[in-house]
Amino acid sequence: MALSLVHKFDQDNVIVEKLDNLLNWARSNSPWFFQFGLACCAIEMMAAAAPRHDLERFGAMPRASPRQSDVMIVAGTVTMKMATRIKRLYEQMANPKYVISMGSCANSGGPYWQYGYHVLKGVDLVVPVDVYVPGCPPRPEALIQGINELQRQIREETPLRKVS
Amino acid sequence: MDLQSIVKSVRGAQPEALVADAAQEEHLELTPDRWREVARHLIDDADLQFDALMCLSGYDEGPEGSLAVIYHLFSMQHKHKLEVRIKVPRDGGSLPSVADIWRTADWHEREAYDLFGMTFEGHPDLRRILLPDDWEGHPLKKDYLTPDYYRGIPVPKDKRGWE
Amino acid sequence: MTATDSKSSNFGVVETEEMVLNMGPQHPSTHGVLRLKIRTDGEIVTHIEPHLGYLHRCFEKHCENLSYEQVIPFTDRCDYLASMANNHIYALGVEQMMGLEVPDRVEYIRIIMVELQRIASHLMGVGTFGLDVGGITPFTYCFRDRERVLDLFEYTCGARLLYNYIWIGGLSHDLPENFVQYANEFLDYFEPKIDEYNRILTYNKIFIERTGDVGVLPADVAISYGCTGPVLRGSGVSWDLRKNEPYSIYDRFEFDTVLGTGEMGTLGDCWDRYFVRIQEMRESIKIVRQALAQLPEGDVFEALPKKVRPPEGSIYFRGESPRGELGYFIVSDGKNVPYRVKMRSPAFCNLSVINEIGAGWMISDIVTILGSLDIVLGEIDR
Repeated sequence: MALSLVHKFDQDNVIVEKLDNLLNWARSNSPWFFQFGLACCAIEMMAAAAPRHDLERFGAMPRASPRQSDVMIVAGTVTMKMATRIKRLYEQMANPKYVISMGSCANSGGPYWQYGYHVLKGVDLVVPVDVYVPGCPPRPEALIQGINELQRQIREETPLRKVS
Repeated sequence: MDLQSIVKSVRGAQPEALVADAAQEEHLELTPDRWREVARHLIDDADLQFDALMCLSGYDEGPEGSLAVIYHLFSMQHKHKLEVRIKVPRDGGSLPSVADIWRTADWHEREAYDLFGMTFEGHPDLRRILLPDDWEGHPLKKDYLTPDYYRGIPVPKDKRGWE
Repeated sequence: MTATDSKSSNFGVVETEEMVLNMGPQHPSTHGVLRLKIRTDGEIVTHIEPHLGYLHRCFEKHCENLSYEQVIPFTDRCDYLASMANNHIYALGVEQMMGLEVPDRVEYIRIIMVELQRIASHLMGVGTFGLDVGGITPFTYCFRDRERVLDLFEYTCGARLLYNYIWIGGLSHDLPENFVQYANEFLDYFEPKIDEYNRILTYNKIFIERTGDVGVLPADVAISYGCTGPVLRGSGVSWDLRKNEPYSIYDRFEFDTVLGTGEMGTLGDCWDRYFVRIQEMRESIKIVRQALAQLPEGDVFEALPKKVRPPEGSIYFRGESPRGELGYFIVSDGKNVPYRVKMRSPAFCNLSVINEIGAGWMISDIVTILGSLDIVLGEIDR
């Protein structure tokens, strides 16, 4: 969508487009993420934001506060003690909000699924998840793909109309 | 200093503290009631000077056995090591705290209490350290059963659909 | 400036009230999910109470249910910044129980990996410490160079962060082609970069103001609390298990134990702890260079045991991880599953000292002190 806009603009300097698409275009290119590092995956999330992988090319920028962020990246093992806090932090985020579950632990309990008496078996038991990124830990490239996937989902939304 | 001389030294200071055949092959076994006096002796005696507590582990002998606490001591001065084992009963077992003698013991005793359930008398702040305060049971006991729910959240993995 | 000076200002004593501040469990400068309950008098911290367990992943329970080889991936995930060191010390402990001898080549490769891991871990510690005191550039510099170490690991075993590389009795893979050349290239590239860190961070005036004289940890307190590693050496205690109690083949290499000097303030302040890490990277480079030069030929798989069943008994084996004394207390009952494994984690003990050295300082200094301890929550909570 974004490319076609630019293309049209080049040709006749006029854009006729749905307002939905304009909003989506703007929103999808600034998914500021809540740096919710919990465990090993947090290190890969930091590596993704660090020079080599440079997540900010996609407009994704780490924020330390839930109130400033659009996307919550749950990076790492969620324990029972942490589960209630995650719910509270999710509730503090402003709408529209998205959740990326990064790594096996956040997806399903990961290596701790069998004997981990204190590990939550998947963060989707507590908050709704939009994109799952597999891996233990996922490489920074995998997280970038996850963010791209989320951007694709955002572009298909219709924020001004109710979906019938 | 080897184990035999350490046993001799402890026997000289606190004869009642030792369990009958105190010197096992590699560790020293003590009774809980005189542990504080022995600990004082171990750190103060000029020939022993165990000033560092390397590790403190809880230990469970199994559903029929008793619980134990294992101390690994080290002397930065003399470079010798000692392993001390103290057995406590399985239910309501308690032993004196040494948190003021070795500060390392403070958090480690809380951890042993959290995971095994023995209490340390005289500990300044004996609470659970790793698990939430409202957790039930002590998970590293051999007969521990994982709860089904914690605050309404299912604990075991739901395996429907893939097994 | 000392801790007591900062309590009174030029305007006389300010009326303050006691209040309780919760820092964490989600906070960018707690290095994970640590929660600090801070009691403050105005801006001065009077008491710090760490609350742990937000990352308690039941490591010790897993050990009692999985076989000795299967435990290794879980040791990876304990201290995820120094996975190789965790693998190494656990494997050495089990090998010593079994009385297993490993080939020389394996020992050398292990040392190379562990010391490279030490560089990577200290880079992370230095970078995030820079972030804690307010500098973003050191973080990007450190990550740039850390990626290069990770490239070497990835080339060797395919993983970037959690390797499962050092196995009981051997390794998962032999070194790939040209590894020695690439490793040497990295060391040649990296050694001058340490001077760059020194220019941008270590001798920066603002950095020294923030860290010098702050959070002084006296040697006897450090020993009593069980602090080890750079935290203990920063207080001037010459204690490095690689040197004082050589395990593996550390006695074959020339390197120095780095100590805090009190150059920018008092002995044992945050700057000393930080600078010990910088200097240790140089020592690690020395060790890796020697090990690469002496690397013998051989088969790395020949000592891998068919069955890992240590005889009945117990062992407490300790070694020097980048954070300090990492110990495993392993009890075997003769089966292929450990009866009990207790991990003595260095960061657990290093963190316990925070109330002792943090009380009396301002809230912003607590962040500095916490950063200088270089904790990893995965290892504290296990």
